[in-house]
Amino acid sequence: MANFFDEMYSDGTVSVRKHYDEFAAWLSSQTAETIVRKRAESDLIFRRVGITFAVYGNDAGTERLIPFDIIPRIIHAAEWAKLEAGLVQRVKALNMFIHDIYHGQKIIKAGVIPAEQILKNAQYRPEMQDVDVASDIYAHIAGVDIVRAGEGEFYVLEDNLRVPSGVSYMLENRKMMMRLFPELFTRHKIAPVDHYPDMLLDNLRSVAPVGVVDPTVVVMTPGMYNSAYFEHAFLAQQMGVELVEGQDLFVKDDTVYMRTTRGPKRVDVIYRRIDDDYLDPLAFRADSSLGVPGLLSAYRAGKVTLTNAIGTGVADDKSIYPYVPDMIKFYLSEEPILNNVPTYQCRKKEDLSYTLANLEKLVVKEVHGAGGYGMLVGPASTKQEIEDFRQRVIAKPDGYIAQPTLALSVCPTYVDAGIAPRHLDLRPFVLSGKTVSMVKGGLTRVALKEGSLVVNSSQGGGTKDTWILEK
Amino acid sequence: MLSRTADHLFWMARYTERAENTARMLDVHVQTALLPQSTDDAEQGWRALLGISELQYGYNKKYDALTQKDVIDFMVRDPSNPSSIAACLKQARENARAVRGALTTEAWEIQNATWIKMQGYLQTNALEQNPSDFFEWVKHRSHLSRGVTIGTMLKDEAFHFIRLGTFLERADNTARIIDVKFHGAKENVKPGQSQQQSLLNTDAKGQDNQIDFYYWAAILRSVSGFEIYRKVYRDVITPERVAELLILRADMPRSLAACMDHVLSNLKHVRNDVSADTERFAGKLDADLKFSRIEEVFDAGLHDYLTVFLERIFELGNRISKDFLVPLAA
Repeated sequence: MANFFDEMYSDGTVSVRKHYDEFAAWLSSQTAETIVRKRAESDLIFRRVGITFAVYGNDAGTERLIPFDIIPRIIHAAEWAKLEAGLVQRVKALNMFIHDIYHGQKIIKAGVIPAEQILKNAQYRPEMQDVDVASDIYAHIAGVDIVRAGEGEFYVLEDNLRVPSGVSYMLENRKMMMRLFPELFTRHKIAPVDHYPDMLLDNLRSVAPVGVVDPTVVVMTPGMYNSAYFEHAFLAQQMGVELVEGQDLFVKDDTVYMRTTRGPKRVDVIYRRIDDDYLDPLAFRADSSLGVPGLLSAYRAGKVTLTNAIGTGVADDKSIYPYVPDMIKFYLSEEPILNNVPTYQCRKKEDLSYTLANLEKLVVKEVHGAGGYGMLVGPASTKQEIEDFRQRVIAKPDGYIAQPTLALSVCPTYVDAGIAPRHLDLRPFVLSGKTVSMVKGGLTRVALKEGSLVVNSSQGGGTKDTWILEK
Repeated sequence: MLSRTADHLFWMARYTERAENTARMLDVHVQTALLPQSTDDAEQGWRALLGISELQYGYNKKYDALTQKDVIDFMVRDPSNPSSIAACLKQARENARAVRGALTTEAWEIQNATWIKMQGYLQTNALEQNPSDFFEWVKHRSHLSRGVTIGTMLKDEAFHFIRLGTFLERADNTARIIDVKFHGAKENVKPGQSQQQSLLNTDAKGQDNQIDFYYWAAILRSVSGFEIYRKVYRDVITPERVAELLILRADMPRSLAACMDHVLSNLKHVRNDVSADTERFAGKLDADLKFSRIEEVFDAGLHDYLTVFLERIFELGNRISKDFLVPLAA
C-alpha cells in the first residue's frame, strides 16, 4: 500500500501526519475490547434508529445498514479552505453554464463546447429552453465527488447536480461519533455540521417564486421503498417541512397544492428527490405514477420552484465533465482551483483508439451511468471482463469516457482482520441560492474490500465521519 | 397536515392498539383454559374468540381442529392473517416508517425496536413456552408507544390523529372483548328467563356460577379492570356490573364511554370544513353512552347492543377516512 497517499500516515505506518497526531494518540490508548464494544454499539444504534437503505435487485424490500467506520477522515483547515474555494468556484460556473445553455448558449457560440455535445445529449431538456428560474440557479444542491490521488492533490471525480444523496449520513455519522467518543470532541476543534438542515431550508426559501413572502417548502420522495428514503424523511423532519409523495400533490390553474386534512394548501418550493423523468407523466414518462400531472406546466409558469431544476443533468453528464475547467475560465475568467481528472472521450477517434489500446490501465465509465454500475476498472478486471467491455465500447463509443486509474488515497479502517488501509473519496455538499454556501464537512465513503476503488454503498462501501479541523 | 401523513399516523395507532387488545383477548383465554372445563367448552371458547375477531374463515381454511396452540399461532404469528399480532406490529411500523418525520425520534424508535424485537421473539419458542409472557410484552410495548407519544409529541394535528386511531380501535376492541361470551349463542336473552339468569347461564348445559365468576374476572383482568371493579363496586362480581363498568363508566380508561369521549374531543381538535356531520355522528354515539343506564342496555340485549355499537364505530371510521385521511380530489 506504500504507493498510495495515506490520509493518516506520511510514511508507511511509521510517522503520523500532524493533523492526525491527537487522534493517533487517543487510538493507541484504547483497548481492543473498547473498540469492539463501540463498533457493536454503533451497529445497534443505526439499526434501532432505522438508518438503513433499501436494496434493489435480489433482496428487494430488505433494509441494510451502511457499514460505519469509527476512524474519522480528518482534513486540516488550510486544505479545506482551498477545497471550499474550489468547490464554490466550480458550482458557480456550473450554474452559469446551465443558465446559459437554456438561454443564449453563448458558450456554444464561442466554440468552447461543440453544439451536438449539448443539444443531442439525452440530459438536455428542450422543455427548459428560455424558462426563467428563480435567481437563475439550477443546481441548488450539488454533491461533488472529490478524490485525493498521487502525492495528495485533490481531483473532482464527478459533479452530481441532479438529486445527490448522502448528506444525512454526513450528519448521522457525526452524531454517532459524538455519542460513542465524546472525549474526542474535546480534544479536537472540529467544525460542526449540524446546522446543514437550517442552511438548506434557508437556501430553499430564498429561491421561492417571485412574490411569495412566506413560502411553503416540501421535500418530495418517490416513497418509502426508495433506497434513499431515510434521507428524504430525515431532511423533511430536520427542516420541519412536509415529506410529500406525488399522490399528495395536484396542480390546478398552474398552481401546485398538497392535499391536507384541512383542504388544499399551496406549495411554493419542492425539494424533489425524484428524477426528471418521473416528475410529470404529462411531460415526461407517461407510465410514472410517482410524479404530478401538470407539474412542468406550473413550473414553466413560474408558480413553483423545483430544486434542483429540471435539466441540470446536461451539466453533470460524464461527457460534459471534461469541459468544466473551460466553463470556469469562460464564465468567471478565473483559473480552476480544483483539478479535473484527465478524460478520454471515446466519441473522439484518437481518444477511442487510446482507450481501446489501454483498457487494462484505465477506468472506463458509461456516460450516463451512476452508482458504480456499468463501469470497468481495468487493473482490477479479468481479461474476459476487459474483452466484454471492449465490445461494448466499440459498439457505442459515444456512450463511454475513460480516465487513468487514479491511485486513490487510503485511510486506516477497521476490517475483519483489524485496521487496514482502504481507499476513500469525499462528497461535500454545496448549496446555491441567493448565495453559495456549504458546511465544513462532507460524506466520506470508503471501499471496504481490499484494493477496491468502488466506494458506493450499493457495491459494498462504507462511510466515515469527516472532520474539518478549525485553525 | 398532509392527509396521507394523517392516515399513516391514524393506522399506526390503530394497529398498535389492535395488537395490544389481541394480546389481551388471547391472554384471557389462555387463563380461563387453565380452569377445569370440558373439551367442548374449551373449543367453544376458542371458536368464540375467532368469531368475534372475524377470523373463523381464515382459521378454518388452514386448520381442521380447534386447539389452543393453533389458535394462538394463527392469531400471533401467522403471516396469512392480517390481524395477527405480528402482522399488526409490522403494519404499525410500516406506517410509522412512511411518516417517520412526523413522529418524534423516540416515538419512531419504539415502533422500530418493537418490530425488530418481535422478529427475534418469534424465532424462539418463547411464545409456546409461556404465552402469557409474550402477551405481557406486547402490552408493554403498546404502553410504551402510547406513553412516548404523549410524553414527547407536540399536541398538534399529528398527535390528535394518533389519539383518534388509538381510541377508535380500542372502542371497537373492548366491545368485542365484552361480546366474546355471547358470540355464537343464538339468543342472549331467552324468553321466560330473567336477564340475570340468562347472563349467568349462557349455555344450555348450565355453566355454574363459579366458572362464570372466573370468566368475568378474567374479562376484567384483560382490560386491566379487576382492581378497578373492586374499588368502584366493593361487591361481588356480577355480569351487569362488569358490563356497566366496561360500557358506561367514563372513568374506566378502556370503557366504551371513555373511548368515545376521547374520540370526540380529538375529533374537535382536527375539525375541518366538511367534518361537522362526522362530529355530530360521534357526538350522538358519545351521548348514548353518557346518558344510558345499564338496564336499558340489557333490555335491548347486550349482544345486540354491542353489535349495533360495532356497526356505528365502523361507520365512524369510514367517515373519518373520507373527511380527513383519503379525501377525494379537491
